[in-house]
Amino acid sequence: MRVETFLQQSADRVPDKTALVVGATRLSYAEFDAQTTRLAAHLQRLGVKPGDRVLVFMDNAAEAALSIFAALKAGALFSPINASTKTDKLDFIIGNCRPTTILTQRKLTPVATTAIGDRIVALLVAGTPEWDLALAETTPLVPHGGIDIDLAMLIYTSGSTGRPKGVMMTHRNIDAASLSIITYLETTTDDIILSVAPLAFDYGLYQLLMAVRLGATLVLEKSFAFPAAVFETMRRERVTGFPLVPTMAAMILQMRDLATLDVPTLRYITNTAAALPVEHIKRVRDLFPNAALYSMYGLTECKRCTYLPPAQLETRAGSVGIAIPNTEAYVAADDGEPVAAGVIGELVIRGPHIMQGYWENPIATAERLRPGRNPWDKVLYTGDLFYADAEGFLFFVGRKDDIIKTRGEKVAPKEVEAVLYAMPGIAEAVVVGVPDPVLGQAVKAIVVRSNPELTEGEIIRAAAKALEDFMVPKSVEFRDALPKTDTGKVSRRLAAESLELT
Amino acid sequence: MTTANQIRSFIIENFLFGDISHDLGDDVSLIDADLVDSTAILELVAYVEETYGVTVADADIVPANFDSIGRIAAFVGARIGASVAA
Repeated sequence: MRVETFLQQSADRVPDKTALVVGATRLSYAEFDAQTTRLAAHLQRLGVKPGDRVLVFMDNAAEAALSIFAALKAGALFSPINASTKTDKLDFIIGNCRPTTILTQRKLTPVATTAIGDRIVALLVAGTPEWDLALAETTPLVPHGGIDIDLAMLIYTSGSTGRPKGVMMTHRNIDAASLSIITYLETTTDDIILSVAPLAFDYGLYQLLMAVRLGATLVLEKSFAFPAAVFETMRRERVTGFPLVPTMAAMILQMRDLATLDVPTLRYITNTAAALPVEHIKRVRDLFPNAALYSMYGLTECKRCTYLPPAQLETRAGSVGIAIPNTEAYVAADDGEPVAAGVIGELVIRGPHIMQGYWENPIATAERLRPGRNPWDKVLYTGDLFYADAEGFLFFVGRKDDIIKTRGEKVAPKEVEAVLYAMPGIAEAVVVGVPDPVLGQAVKAIVVRSNPELTEGEIIRAAAKALEDFMVPKSVEFRDALPKTDTGKVSRRLAAESLELT
Repeated sequence: MTTANQIRSFIIENFLFGDISHDLGDDVSLIDADLVDSTAILELVAYVEETYGVTVADADIVPANFDSIGRIAAFVGARIGASVAA
C-alpha cells in the first residue's frame, strides 16, 4: 500500500477525528486530507512530477506534515531535512538528490536560498501569501500512477565517511515497518501520541506516519526545552503514547516536582536512538507505573530492528529484545554465518522494511546491503556489534565504526573534523564522544593549534556556523600532539583512550 | 547591569560562544529563533537560581517565564520582589 493511502483511508473512516495538534492548530482527518490534496495539486502546477524529490526543510510545524503527504500525493518522494541544518550540508543534499522543489519556513528561507545558489529549484515558504494560495489551489490533482514499490522518501543520515547519505525507502518499506511497530505497540485509532522528536528524524517521522495509518491523533511539539509545559499539554490532550530519547528521560529524571509528571491517560512510553541506562529504565518505570515501557533499537536503514517486550524488563533490562514482527535479526560472524549465543558479532537484519540502498551511492550501499542465505535475499548489515543470550534476546555491545550518539542524534566524527580542519589556526583535530549524563555522549574536540591565540570559544563559534547544533563540540581540549597509529594516522580510538586516563 | 542585560551576556557567552550577530531583543523567543536548545534552558535555570538566589520549581520552567530575555528578567524581578516583601 502507498503511504498517502493511509491518509485517504483514515479520512474516509474517521473524517471528523483530530489528526494533528500543533500549538493552536488542530486539523481533522478530512481537513488534513483536503489540504494535502490541494497542496499536491499546487506542487504539480509548480512542475513536480512523479519520482521528483521534494525537500521538506521545516521544524515540527503542521506545514511539515502537510508537505510530506502533499509530496506523496503528487507522486514525488519527500526528504525531511532537520531545521538546524546549515547551508553547506543543505547545499550538498541539494546537489546529491537534485530536488525540484523545497518547502520551508520563513525563518529558514535565508539558509535555503543560499544553499540553492544559482540552481533552479522552486521554493515554497510556509506562512507567506504564496503558501495560502497553494492551499487554495483549484486545479485538480492529476493521478500520478505510482505503485508501492516506488520510492517514498530519502532520509539523509550521517555515515562514518562524514558525507550524508540518502536512505532510499519505498512505500512498501514504510508500510511494512509501520505495520510491524503498530503490531507490537498495540496502538489503535484511540491513541493520542505526543512527539517532540523532529519529523526529520525517522523516529519522529514514523509517529506521524503511524498515527495517520491508524486514524489516531498526533500532538507535535517543537522542543522539550520546557518539560513541565509539555506534560501540561499531555494532560490537556489526554495523551496515551509518549516516544522518548535518552536525553529527554535524563531531563525528566532531573525534575524535582513529580506532580508535574502525572499523566493519568499515559499507556505506553518508547525509547530509541540510544540505550537508556538500566538505572534510568528503573526510575522511568517508577515515575510512570501505569505506562508500558518499550526499549527499542534501530537504524535509519531499516527504521527499526528490535524491541524488548515490556514484561521482559524485570529480567533483561539491558537487552534491546527481539526482532520486530515479520522480520529477522541475527548476530553474524565476519563471514555472515550466524554465531552461537553469547558470541559477539555484527547484527544482521532481514525483512520487508530494509532500505533499497543509499541514493546514488553504490559503494556505501554494498557495504550495508549484502546477499543473504537465499539467492533472492538482500540483508542489512547494521555495523553494530551485538550478542544474544540463551533465549535469543539481543544485547548491544558497541558500534563497529566511530559514530557518536549525542542527544539521540548520530554524529560522524569525520564530518566535525572536516569543519575543524577547514579553520585557520588548527593543525590537527580529532573528535570523540565522551560520556555525558544528559546527552548520552558529548562531542569533544582535541585540537593541535598552529595559532596559539586560538580559543575554545572561537573554535566552537566557528563550528556552530557550519554544523547542525547537535554536532557542535561541547568542549575543546588543546594538545601539543595527537596520538597516532603505527602508520601515522591520527587515531580516534587512542585519543578517546587518552581522555579516559585523565 | 540590568537583569535583562546580565541574562543576555550569559546567553551570548555560553550558548552563542561570543557571537553577537544574533537578534537578542527582549521579546525574541529563544526556542523559535533556535538560540537555545532543550538542555540550554536547564543551564539558564541553574544560572538564574545561582545568580539571583531564587528557587525555580519545575512548574516555573515554562515558556511564559523562560522563552525570552524579557520574560526571564520579569520572572526574576517578581521573585526577588516577593522575597523582599516577605
